[in-house]
Order: sequence, then C-alpha cells, then structure tokens
Amino acid sequence: MSSALSTQVGFLIRRSMLRTLRQPAAVIPSITFPLILFGINAGGLAAAAQIPGFPADSYLDFIFAFPFIQGALFGATMAGGDLARDIETGFLNRLSLTPVSRVALLAGLMGGVVGLALLQGLVFVTVGVLAGVQFAAGVGGVAVMLVLMALTALGFGGLGAWLAVRTGSGEAVQGAFPLFFVAIFLSSVNLPRELIAVDWFRAVATWNPVSYLIEGMRSLVITGWDPTALALAFAVAAALVVLGLTAAAAGMRTRLGRT
Amino acid sequence: MSRSSFSAVALAVAWRALHNAVTRPALILPSIIFPLFFLVAFAGGLSRVGDVPGFDFPGGYTAFVFVWIVLQSCAFTGAFMGFNIAADFESGFSRRLLLAAADRRGILAGYVITGLVRSTFTALLLFVAALVSGMRLEGSLLDLLGLLALGWLANVVGTLFALGVALRMRSVQAGPLLQTPIFLLMFLAPVWVPLDLLSGFVGAVAGFNPITFAVEAGRSLIAGSATGLPLGYGLLALMALVLTGWALTGLRRAEAAG
Repeated sequence: MSSALSTQVGFLIRRSMLRTLRQPAAVIPSITFPLILFGINAGGLAAAAQIPGFPADSYLDFIFAFPFIQGALFGATMAGGDLARDIETGFLNRLSLTPVSRVALLAGLMGGVVGLALLQGLVFVTVGVLAGVQFAAGVGGVAVMLVLMALTALGFGGLGAWLAVRTGSGEAVQGAFPLFFVAIFLSSVNLPRELIAVDWFRAVATWNPVSYLIEGMRSLVITGWDPTALALAFAVAAALVVLGLTAAAAGMRTRLGRT
Repeated sequence: MSRSSFSAVALAVAWRALHNAVTRPALILPSIIFPLFFLVAFAGGLSRVGDVPGFDFPGGYTAFVFVWIVLQSCAFTGAFMGFNIAADFESGFSRRLLLAAADRRGILAGYVITGLVRSTFTALLLFVAALVSGMRLEGSLLDLLGLLALGWLANVVGTLFALGVALRMRSVQAGPLLQTPIFLLMFLAPVWVPLDLLSGFVGAVAGFNPITFAVEAGRSLIAGSATGLPLGYGLLALMALVLTGWALTGLRRAEAAG
C-alpha cells in the first residue's frame, strides 16, 4: 500500500471508529442485545442439553457462538447505516471530489466494522467466562473465535455497505436487518442439525452458510480443535468477505461514477 | 363530554388507522411476518425440545410454543400502535387531531380498537398456519376463544404501554423504548420449555413475570385442561388497568406540549 493510500485509510478508519464510539445509542445495543438474547436462550433452553445425543454438557457452552454472529450482524447494519447517512448528507459526494481513493473509502469503513467486532467479541468472551463458559480449545481458541467473528463482521459489513450504496437509504439498510436475523434462526444456532427433527428445517439449516459459521465457532467451545468445522467456517467467512467486499466495491464505483 | 363524542372520536381514529393498515401493508407486515417466523423457527427447529425429560405437554411441541407466539404477536401488535401515533405526531396529524377531538380519550380508545382488530387478524392467521404445520388441538372451541381473549388482553396491555410512551416522546425515534420492555417481558417467560425446566436468571425472573401466568393459562386452555385462569387473566387485566393511567397521563403530557 502506498503511503498516501495508507494515510487515507488510517484517517477514514479513525473517523469510522470515532463516529461509532460517539454513538453510544448504537454501540451499547450492539453489545447488550446479543448478550441479553444469549442469557435468555441459555436459561430458556438449558433443558435442551438433556436431549439424547446433545453434543455438549451445558447449553450455555453450546449457545455461546450466538452473540458473536448476532454482534457481527449489528456491525454490518451500523456500517451500512453510517455509509447511507454519508450519502444522505452529501458527505460521500464531497469526499468523492477529493483525491481520496475508492479503496480507502471502503477500507476505512470496514476498519471501523472490524474494530467494533473485536470490541464486541472481547466483551462477549469476558461475560461468557464470568457466566461459566469453558473453552475446550483454550486461549488459542478464543483468539481464533475473535478472528472468525471479525471476518464474519467484515463480510456482513461489505453486504451492508453494498446495500447502502445501492439504495442510498439508511432505512433500507435497517429494513434488511430482519432478513439477516432470519438467516441466523434458520440455522443450527439453537440445536445441532442432527437433532432438528423437521426435515425441511434441517435441509434449510444444512444449506444455510450461517450454520457453518456458528458450528465452527461452537466447536472451539465444546469440542476443541475440530479441523473440519473450522475449515468450513473459515471457508464460509472468506466467501462472505469476498462476496461482500466485491459487491460493495462495485456498488461504490457506480455510486461515485454518478457523482 | 357525551358518550357519543367519545365513541365518535374512537371510531373515527380506529377507522383511519385500519384504513391506513389496509392501504399501506408495509405498516402491518412486520407484526404479521415476525410471529409466523417464530412459529416456523420454534415449531420447526426446536421440536426435539419436546423430548426433554419432564416435558409432557399433551398437545405436542407446536401447540406448546403456539400459545406464547399468539400472546407475543398480540402484545407486539399493540406495541406497533405506538409507532402509528408517533408517526402521526411527526407529521403534525396528531396535533390537529388533539385540537379537533371533542373527547380526546376517544383517541386512545380508537388505537385500542385498532390494536384489537389487527391482533385478532394475526392470531387467526397464526392459528391456520399452526394447524397446517401439524398442531394438535386438545381444547374445545370455547378454550380457543379463551386463548384469544388472553391475546386481546395482552394486546390492550401492549397498546396502552406503547401509547403512553409515544404520547410522551412524540417521535418514531422512541422505537426501542416501545419494543424493548415488551420484548424482555415476553422472552423472560417460559417460551420453549415449562417453568420448572427453566434455569439461570430466566428461571428466576420468569416465576415473577405476569406473562408467565398468562402463558401457562393459555397453554392449559389449548391442552383442554384449564387451570390458573383467574391468575392469567387477572394479572393481564391489572396491567391493563395500570397502563390505562400511564396512557391517560401521556395524553395529558401531549396536550400540555401543544
């Protein structure tokens, strides 16, 4: 990366991070809401660990991947929402008149997404450990989990940014959030796929890439180092990153071309 | 103020809100889609939870979660009424309505009527969807009407709460305040398993949550063995009574704000 580009990216990451941190009304829910749902699921479905064939001794451990995925989603909608606001207020138009590059614009935005994801992940790990979650893969597993979360947030963030540049509307980005949310619930988030009794639901969960992200993260907590689960999770995360960033870059090119 | 001015205002507000709901489906779709999604996700994805030792609900797992989903959808339909009135304040319509209404309490009644009509529609839709997905009914028609009545009470509770918030905030930015308390109240109840199988803080809180008693009363109705009805209905009615005061004081605040 040239020094000019790295300077631009650095400034835009800083702006993205500062803007996020200056919106406690947006940051706090992105941390507390996944934790609240984690608590509700862990308490409400604790009895599910007694189902014959359940892969973990504790449902708390089993469901611990959930806040990571949901937190990554929050980051995505924030990134999309922020970019949409830049479009709505005309900031992106003004920025496009400067020598700042398209790559720097996107990288700056995504830097903020990854930064928020890591902050969320650290809080989730702390709360999880205090609640009694035990990582079968140890401290290394925690690090891998954070990397997976950051990649997931980057991928979802790219899709959020794509939606923002396509629609130019924060409302449209927020409106897409329930769709992502549905994708989480139609996965193996609450029960392992082998224990989903309804055939069509199991088929949907099997085709749903979110299942593999969750299962990869979950394996670090309940199994230890599971190469298959981790390889699948990283493959899905990488595909999501490529898809999200490619779509966002293409959308950005079109949007800036119009300016 | 005469009774006729109260009912005239209530019916006019209800007619307008229902007309808006029909002509702008985007306003009501979330309150219909989300409960259907919950039904799919819970009845489809979690049905094996019914195999947990100690879980012996006669109607099966779909019927078990159906009751909570009906009450949740009714309560949230009420919460969405808050968005209506907040949007009306932002557009200036509510201020004109406050000036024009002979009896302003009729405005609240109008939104309550709208909530009841909309929640009935959603509950019936859910009922059909649950039957299609294989829900077994052990209760009679009267028991089902009893469940619907519980839903109506939950809807009135949700509507009055949301009206109180919306009349104080007078902005759609109050959205999280409208939804979060109801969301927490609903989820801190026995959603997926009976009360005695809950654990952690959810188990501790659910025992004191009035929604728990409403959900258990509803489940007893759908299982055809009605128990705990006075507590279930009574607590929701008490909440509605308290929240009537909350909504009326909200109306006073809105009037004072001009």
